[in-house]
Amino acid sequence: MKSWELRTAAVTAFVLLVVIPCLNVFTEPGFAFHVSDFTINLYGKYLCYAILAISVDFLWGYTGLLSLGQALFFSLGGYMMGMYLMRMIGDLGQYHKPIPDFLVFLGWSELPAFWRPFSSFPFAMSMACLIPGLLALVFGYLAFRSRIRGVYFSILTQALTYGACLLFFRNSLLLGGNNGFTDFKFVLGHDLRSPATQRGLFMATALALVLVYTGCRWLSRTKFGLVQRAIRDSENRVLFSGYAAANYKLFAFVVSALIASLGGVLYAPQVGIINPSEMAPEKSLEAVVWVAVGGRGTLIGPVIGAIGVNALKSWATRAYPDMWLLILGTLFVLVTIFLPKGIVGLAAHLRTFLRRRFKPRDGEGDCDTLATPAQEEPLVNPK
Amino acid sequence: MNLKLIILIAAVGLWCSRAGGAELSPRESEIRAKLVEAILAEETAREAMLLGLGETGSQTVREVFSAWPRDRVFLYEDSENRSVPALLGEEEDAEGMVGATLIATGERIKAEDGQPRRFDVTEVAPVDTDGSLRKVLQLGIDLLSLSAVDPDARRSAVLKLGNSQSPDNIPLLRTKLAKEAHPEVRQAIHEALALLQLGSSDPEIQREAVRSLESMKSIGCLEALKKLASNQEADPGVVQAALRAVSIIEAHISWINFVGTIFRGVSLGSILLIVALGLAITFGLMGIINMAHGEMIAVGAYTCYVVQNLFGAGFGFSIILPINWGGNPISFGLQLPGLNASGALYESYFLFAIPLSFLMAALAGILIERAVIQFLYRRPLESLLATWGVSLVMQQCFRMVFGANNVQVNSPSWLLGHFSVDDIIFGYNRIFVVAFAVLIVIGTWLLLTKTPLGLLIRSVMQNRDMAACIGVRTNRVNMLTFALGSGLAGLAGAFLSQIGNVGPSLGQSYIVDSFMTVVVGGVGSIVGTVCSAIGIGTADQILQQVTGSPVTGKIVVLVAIILFLQWKPGGLFAVRNRSLD
Repeated sequence: MKSWELRTAAVTAFVLLVVIPCLNVFTEPGFAFHVSDFTINLYGKYLCYAILAISVDFLWGYTGLLSLGQALFFSLGGYMMGMYLMRMIGDLGQYHKPIPDFLVFLGWSELPAFWRPFSSFPFAMSMACLIPGLLALVFGYLAFRSRIRGVYFSILTQALTYGACLLFFRNSLLLGGNNGFTDFKFVLGHDLRSPATQRGLFMATALALVLVYTGCRWLSRTKFGLVQRAIRDSENRVLFSGYAAANYKLFAFVVSALIASLGGVLYAPQVGIINPSEMAPEKSLEAVVWVAVGGRGTLIGPVIGAIGVNALKSWATRAYPDMWLLILGTLFVLVTIFLPKGIVGLAAHLRTFLRRRFKPRDGEGDCDTLATPAQEEPLVNPK
Repeated sequence: MNLKLIILIAAVGLWCSRAGGAELSPRESEIRAKLVEAILAEETAREAMLLGLGETGSQTVREVFSAWPRDRVFLYEDSENRSVPALLGEEEDAEGMVGATLIATGERIKAEDGQPRRFDVTEVAPVDTDGSLRKVLQLGIDLLSLSAVDPDARRSAVLKLGNSQSPDNIPLLRTKLAKEAHPEVRQAIHEALALLQLGSSDPEIQREAVRSLESMKSIGCLEALKKLASNQEADPGVVQAALRAVSIIEAHISWINFVGTIFRGVSLGSILLIVALGLAITFGLMGIINMAHGEMIAVGAYTCYVVQNLFGAGFGFSIILPINWGGNPISFGLQLPGLNASGALYESYFLFAIPLSFLMAALAGILIERAVIQFLYRRPLESLLATWGVSLVMQQCFRMVFGANNVQVNSPSWLLGHFSVDDIIFGYNRIFVVAFAVLIVIGTWLLLTKTPLGLLIRSVMQNRDMAACIGVRTNRVNMLTFALGSGLAGLAGAFLSQIGNVGPSLGQSYIVDSFMTVVVGGVGSIVGTVCSAIGIGTADQILQQVTGSPVTGKIVVLVAIILFLQWKPGGLFAVRNRSLD
């Protein structure tokens, strides 16, 4: 099934993991296909966004839950990584004290207790799983238990991330206030400013993306994946068939929170800053838009959407700084109205169109491919 | 009433401009003559004359009284060798010389060539002052403040004397009390008298003062009473009385804070209500998640701004697009002439702005509904994305037309004042918001339940297909409903322009709150929205007081809402029906 998607994914993975890093190392800046350090860093950021987009799609495209709080889990992961990176600065900060600068600024002379274990990388990583996971578990349990769904779920998750955003803006939380964490120096003993480290981070992100993609793909093929999509299409029927839909939804919510957190962990060292504006409500909305543009209900769609929209955004903010909101806004409106299945849907449309035009020449397996998306993704939830 | 005030102000202005010219009013020349007489008088006679001048409340007298102790009043030998008192100016020129005016006429002293004559400060012989004269002058200045025309100025003068801790001021205040008519100033004089008497050595007087402060529930004197209550050397009876007074006043303060918090909460809730009511219609009744609702609010607020400018100097803008067309950038603009109104007419701009902001936002709503939303009625979650795109476009348009910075919308003067009952301050703008919220809710309710349009709206929202089957033009009803919801948002914008800043992202700060309000109230229920808006507003204010920080209060409210929805998932007033989602 969907062999074209698999093929695209395999090629993309090969390009990301092997070709781009090689082009960065082994070619000179003058060469036509040279990938500069800047580009590596930029695309590393896009790949983190792609991971976030997959987490949104796993919930929205596969379970029918539109979460507007995924940016919260993303930045929680970023914050956990950020705390580790802050500890790695050591006494190289502005004040040359063994504690982070902003704590010195707030009048602390020694490290608060909850900061201490973050010198250890494994601890920081386990926290990056534990904290977003627990938050998703508690919130999801409360929300799904009282059968909050559809639009209400979206609004509540938006309120959650809004509340967290307000909380993280406070200095008294001792997590850097509105400046967040920045000025990172080392990760696992490597200098963050060296191109080699950035290349390593890019490869790690690409690997993470491939793993997340494969994992989600595998999960969607299991019995869980079937129930997940059944919930999306008709939750009541699933309930009446005797499935505890709430538990399935809870599992999907926690998994997607962990995926988002992973994206955030890789995001912080590459961008070099993490602050509360990353969890502002509009960040989550942006992630949803990437998925919508790329094509929800597929796994390759979010990746295409996240990279495409962000590349467009980078270009538009440089070329037309006053106009890019107009461009982006218009794009969202047009995509929502005319391309409900996103770019991937457009590709499928075109394929159908071309096949009809020029008679199929190869086997019947491909004809199944054409029929599948239409059957599998009734995007309009029948009321 | 306003008109009268304005005429009065204009008259005063006219009078002032005349007084500045050559001719002095009879009263002014009389005062100046008395001043000259007092300056030239023998020291023994001076005191009574100076205090008499203090009663006049005149600005000229104040200038002289404050200049005198600084040696800036001197005797000038005029051309006929008479000594006339003169006042040195304050502004020094490059050589440290200053001009001077004659006190008798207020005219500048001129040299023979007709130019203003300059004096060296160190060379003129000032009119002598000594300790007792300075004291009298200070008293005179206090008296002048006490006799000021403006009641607020009189009040602050009284408060200053009350805090002076010098018992000499008691007789002065007593005489003023006999003449004062303004109730607030009288109250202030009573307080000041009692405060001065607290410092007395006679326990009986002290007790009397404590008792009167207690009966006045004077907040300003709380510190003084506390000090007295903790004074070891004071009379035990007085300490007892002071302790009692402190506890009574503190109870009074917490009562004031409580009522003030509730009032602020209700007015905040009313703002939330006006903002959320439009959403209750577009989201609650139509099921459209309109993320551009905040921009509708901004449309209303900017309409106020434009109307204000049209009443003033006019309004215009021009946009240059960064796209070239045949070598020239595309640009367009608009210039509207203003009425250049002033006074009461200018103040009334807000009355015109209110219906206009409704209309403009409703028009914008119709535009969006026709262009975008009509394709999305069966895909509510996707309406969220499309309208978010619309909101980005609109924000950018605001930036291009009105600039990225906040614009200034002036409140009409009749919204600026306040009145206080029992020390609790009620601002007119807050009362206006509450009253207007009530009007809007009643209007919306009447529209939805008592008019044919309301019937159509309700039928389409209940079952779009069935309504279409029996001949309702659902397309049109959808459009009008959306226009109504957007228009209400525009009204909210008109009010927000009076309370806070108007900027391109004005609506963003309210969007999360207003969605929460609708969800808590119960989607589809106007009554629910009213209750939840007032409830959330009040809870927010109370929690701000309790936790001591606005942010913590907000976070607690958000958490409380999430927990509340556990208990009542459908909101306060869930609309019951038998259909399964």
